[in-house]
Amino acid sequence: MIRSFRLAALYFRLGALNELQYRANFFVALFQSALAVSVGLVVLALVYSHTTTLNGWKQPELMVVLGVQILLGGIIHATIQPNMQQLVDEVRDGKLDFALTKPEDAQVLISLRALRLWQFTEVISGSAVIGVGVYRIDAGLGLWRSLAFVALLLMGALLLYCFWLILATGSFWIVNMWFLSDLFEGIYQVGRWPIGVYPGWLRYSMSYLVPIGFAVTVPAQALTNRLGWETVVIALGFGAALVVFTRWFWRFGLKRYSGASA
Amino acid sequence: MPALPAPERASAPAIRRELWLRSMFDFYATGIRTQIQTQFQYPAATYMYTLGMVAEPVIYLVVWTTIAKSQGGAVQGIGTAQFAAYYIVWTFVRAMNIVFTPYGWEWRIREGELSGHLLRPLHPIHYDLAWFAGHKVPWLVMYLPIGVGLTLIFHPALHPRPLEIVVFLIAIWGAYLIRSLNNFILGMITIWTTRASAIFEVWFLSELLLSGRLLPLTLMPHWVQSLSNWLPFKWTFYFPIESLVGDMSNIELVKGLGTQLLWIGVCTALMRGAWKLSVRHYSAVGN
Repeated sequence: MIRSFRLAALYFRLGALNELQYRANFFVALFQSALAVSVGLVVLALVYSHTTTLNGWKQPELMVVLGVQILLGGIIHATIQPNMQQLVDEVRDGKLDFALTKPEDAQVLISLRALRLWQFTEVISGSAVIGVGVYRIDAGLGLWRSLAFVALLLMGALLLYCFWLILATGSFWIVNMWFLSDLFEGIYQVGRWPIGVYPGWLRYSMSYLVPIGFAVTVPAQALTNRLGWETVVIALGFGAALVVFTRWFWRFGLKRYSGASA
Repeated sequence: MPALPAPERASAPAIRRELWLRSMFDFYATGIRTQIQTQFQYPAATYMYTLGMVAEPVIYLVVWTTIAKSQGGAVQGIGTAQFAAYYIVWTFVRAMNIVFTPYGWEWRIREGELSGHLLRPLHPIHYDLAWFAGHKVPWLVMYLPIGVGLTLIFHPALHPRPLEIVVFLIAIWGAYLIRSLNNFILGMITIWTTRASAIFEVWFLSELLLSGRLLPLTLMPHWVQSLSNWLPFKWTFYFPIESLVGDMSNIELVKGLGTQLLWIGVCTALMRGAWKLSVRHYSAVGN
């Protein structure tokens, strides 16, 4: 376990050094997250120019949801997505063997290798949107609720990591998986709105099939004072089950993988 | 030796033109056929891609349906059934609007693909047009069950007149051409700078807001609506969708097709100019 953390730190440093060579990209990323935030806010403004509440959510509360979605998106784009994309590409090109023959646990290794540092700008812009939203709700924010928010957010990142890894593991069967990022990006947009807005079939599939409801809406609920302890218990139980399942599915897929380069 | 009969001499350019048309037709038919067969090799990939794509309209539809319900059934006269029709047809039009992405030009240049393109006898736009036209067929086959599912869930109100169907079937190809040409011109920027992606993003965001992709344009503030009249975006989303879903008069329908034609002309001219300038600027990378 300790070794995995040290490895993670090492890979992070390596990735950061690599990205720091291209400093102009920081400004491009900054520009892009500014655009993303403005569009999100414009859409909210459009929606609330025709109504005052959306399924019981007021505008500042939806700003919090938007902020959480952007923040979490930043974490995914910076750390999870590049790794998963690399995994899928390497399965297709037959290069995964190089990672598998290393002495470290393969799942740990393939989850740590890549980093897109500048995507963390989305974490900053998302936090800013959350901050403005919370300020405008004007209900104060206790220590416990903030702590619950941070914990649930980390848990959300873990859930989305599991979901991405399950998808990427699919490439052991379906070799040509170029579409995965498109698929994920498309579905991830669901998280921009509180999960309760969607009709039942979609709400359940976006909570249990794709854990976006738990990953985005639940942390936002913690900040907007809508969180009951039942939800937290269900989220924790589901998270634990998903982690176990992901581990099993990864090894199951790996057993099936015969390599393409040999 | 008597001279050749006059009519034959006069028709030589006409014959050449006919040959050219026939070979172009062959080229497109072959390109489209190849692409259909290639795409059917990867049904899982096409299906997953489709699922990711359908998320966008379903989100919009759910949000606006929720608003309509909370406002007593309609937003500015657009009811839930109209929203459903709009976004289900939207998906179809969106699929027609999938063209070679300007982001792809970066890859083309880096991998030396573009150099290969320069050696071919036809303008590169023809290859892209044929390739992506062929793409539509497998996609449509995949989309049909999803479209039926969405129809059963959301109950759209769709009662087009025969003329509207005809105009729609033409307009989706008009939209395809306009968007192909636009994105080709955008792609040319990549030849001039390596940070073109920031410009692309501004473009696509303008498209999102001004084309009717995000929501029916009538729900936009008035100044946005007037602005969109002067830009090409509206003719690639709002007009094709509305030709089938809305109730436009015959005159409006024909005018719409005419405007599409105008934009195709303008974009073709711009595209040719941009291509010529850019190729002159381009220095090859790759093998």
